[in-house]
Amino acid sequence: MTSWADERRIVVTGMGWITPLGHTVDAGWEAMMRGESGVAPLTRFDASVFPTTFASQVTNYDVTKYLKRPECHTHAGLHTRFSLGAARQAWEDAGLDGAEIDPRRIGIYLGAGEGTSDFFGFAKATLAATGADGVVDAATWGRVAHESLSTLGELEQEPNQPLHHIARELGIRGPSFNCLTACAASTQAIGEACSILHAGEADIMVSGGAHSMLHVFGVTGFNRLTALSTRNDDIKTASRPFSRTRDGFVMGEGAGVVILEGLEHALARGATPLAEVAGFGSSADAYRITDIHPEGRGPVAAMRKALDAAGIDPTYTTEAGRMPVDYISAHGTSTAENDSIETLAVKQVFADLSPSIPMSSIKSMMGHLIAAAGVVELITCIKAIEHNTLPPTMNLDDPDPALDLDYVANAPRETPVDTCLSNSFGFGGQNDALVIRRFQE
Amino acid sequence: MSRRVAISGTGTITALGMDLNDLWSAMTQGRSGIAWITRFDPAGYECHAAGQLPADMINIRKLVPKSYRKATKVMCPDIELAVAAADAAIRSAGLTTHGTDPDVEPTIEADRFGCQIGAGLIAVDVEELAPAIVASSDGEGSVDLTTWGPVGIEKVTPLWMLKYLPNMLACHVTIVHNLQGPSNAITGCESSSGLSLGESLRIIRRGDADACLSGGAETRLNLLSLCRQDSVGRLAATEGVEDPTTILKPFDPAAAGTLIGEAGGILVTEAIDSIEARGGTPLAEILGFACTQSCDVGPLAASSDSISDAIAAALDRADTSPDEIDLIIGQGLSIPAIDDEEAAAYIDVFGAREDQPPLVSITPFTGNCGAAHGAIQLAVATRCLQENMIPARLNAATTGAVNGDAAPATSASVSSVLVVSVGQGGQNTATILGEIS
Repeated sequence: MTSWADERRIVVTGMGWITPLGHTVDAGWEAMMRGESGVAPLTRFDASVFPTTFASQVTNYDVTKYLKRPECHTHAGLHTRFSLGAARQAWEDAGLDGAEIDPRRIGIYLGAGEGTSDFFGFAKATLAATGADGVVDAATWGRVAHESLSTLGELEQEPNQPLHHIARELGIRGPSFNCLTACAASTQAIGEACSILHAGEADIMVSGGAHSMLHVFGVTGFNRLTALSTRNDDIKTASRPFSRTRDGFVMGEGAGVVILEGLEHALARGATPLAEVAGFGSSADAYRITDIHPEGRGPVAAMRKALDAAGIDPTYTTEAGRMPVDYISAHGTSTAENDSIETLAVKQVFADLSPSIPMSSIKSMMGHLIAAAGVVELITCIKAIEHNTLPPTMNLDDPDPALDLDYVANAPRETPVDTCLSNSFGFGGQNDALVIRRFQE
Repeated sequence: MSRRVAISGTGTITALGMDLNDLWSAMTQGRSGIAWITRFDPAGYECHAAGQLPADMINIRKLVPKSYRKATKVMCPDIELAVAAADAAIRSAGLTTHGTDPDVEPTIEADRFGCQIGAGLIAVDVEELAPAIVASSDGEGSVDLTTWGPVGIEKVTPLWMLKYLPNMLACHVTIVHNLQGPSNAITGCESSSGLSLGESLRIIRRGDADACLSGGAETRLNLLSLCRQDSVGRLAATEGVEDPTTILKPFDPAAAGTLIGEAGGILVTEAIDSIEARGGTPLAEILGFACTQSCDVGPLAASSDSISDAIAAALDRADTSPDEIDLIIGQGLSIPAIDDEEAAAYIDVFGAREDQPPLVSITPFTGNCGAAHGAIQLAVATRCLQENMIPARLNAATTGAVNGDAAPATSASVSSVLVVSVGQGGQNTATILGEIS
């Protein structure tokens, strides 16, 4: 565990998102303040008789208004288009449009997912190639697939395509990474982007994530894992983290991008720090592919490392009598396992103080943006600091009696917010946490 | 001064064998692993050759603890390659983990051991999904989703999706060996391994781990991935070719395209203080790393300026100069438009051919190993440093631009090696390895 005390300070100087609750940060934040849900019947394909028929979708989105080089993005996949909108917003928010900065000193680190797979193109080749005996003829499959699958559509599914398009659009030539640690990806991307800034390998990092798994294979896969809510008769309240009746997560989609920057660099060019990234922790459960470690050892380790990096002792109040953090943005997926073990993990980290620290899950409104969830939640923390208001966990009318923390149930709460911890835990056991603070000189 | 980090173990699973000794002997003998595809009938594709692993080369059940054998059912070939290469790397480093011996105290504490494993866009398996698709046929060549919903989905095995998530390579490896430090899944096509090494280096230097596994694994030798690479025009068309081992010609203007290689490449990256404390042997020191993005070109192109930038930054961080580099192990995809950009970067950094160090590509031996490629390049580089030898170069006639013409293996003093990756999508990496001083 390493302290950030001696490192270059890192601030967020711009942010943007494209989400089911809005295409600007302010619109999304205000929707959450009203407790709105992004959930609706799934329209991306005919899911009317799927086990799950609904999702939290981005609607009425037009990428073209965010593009100065539209000719470079003609074939961009859906999540890449989301990421371009989020990146343009963040870029302009940070005052980088037209700024004269060496593009080699600007890097990008995304936690973006793979693109939308072409189920029907794949199915067409498979049907043509599968004989009455059920055996697939490879030669036929290859011949038909060359016609039924779009060459560029397949290429755009590579998980590094969002960063490719963003770099091209914005002129980024520095360090360039994409990670895909499932639901932890964009939190991990932001943490490691900070590490690149600490190492002096860039002055600005564009970071965040993008994902949409709202395609036939995506919904099929999560349905078979029984990870999705199947509350088809009450879809608006289906995402109900920490509730006794939670039955799985609601899949969302979207993108979020933040501009991370060394403080001195930001101030020298007249940028406004929106918040300071104060710590990051990363760990692996090393337990099972299908289950979180029952004591949450990976989440505990990630939270402790992030707090330690930020110089926060989670078991003591501050000199001013404040809690060690003012808010925890929960991973809070609304699955039975996550919400129980996350609660247990938070209790281990914050010990006796844990009941006094509010923790909520915006997935109750936003749905689960998978790889993009972490950055959207971090941006929400920054808005919480700006407004001294916590976003609620909606749909918590019937709390799980075994879960006894303060989940900011059903309504936003005004309270001083200076320091937040944002958790993201990936399927398979990769865990990440960030500490974000109000910027003070 | 930042913490010194070395490579202390290598695991390379390629068409040329289960470890680096196999690959190295082929590379010194000038023996290619490229052959005609036999895994399936490639008649529906333009490209019929690849660096294909022999059937049954990996017995995955033997490579995991008994208690984990059941989990091998949810490993796709990419995951198996990662698990096999990780096992080889850990053993070659002389480390004990939960995976090599569950009853013995591990050499490195679990929370001080990280795992950064790169992955590709993993293809779903056609045969596995065929029953569900056939059962949902609309009778007109397509699928009816109102049948797929209640009927097709039920024919997909419950844990199906877990086989194909790119982070599962790292997740399985962390579970097998009980590695609880930072773990990541870097997805940058051919640059995945190089980027993973760069991240491991950063993590160890900042003190968040003492050792990390880094590298990648990928096979595109399946119906869907072959279609993707074939149709996008990266692969060589093989009609009329008599000897598949002559297809790959890195940096040669006459090259017709690349070929798929199946591989797992995992390295143990470890702080030198940790290696010394446990009495291990460092193979090569990681002196400098840098990566850049080629931003002004399309996803299938590269930019020499950005490759040059990566090399220049890596040299700078290694506190060395171009004339100190004894050998380059380049990407050399055998795609002229990309190789030309890479070659232009070497000319930019090192000058004219007579001033350049020898340029070697592993591609003609293994094929383009995608996410694993960089780690295999780095593993070969460690052996060049240790053996003071430049492996053979196959097939290429580079028309004088770079120092990479076909040549047999030769002895030479090799003290520092530059390893370069040029990935689809525009990510470039440069790593400088040096002999242990």
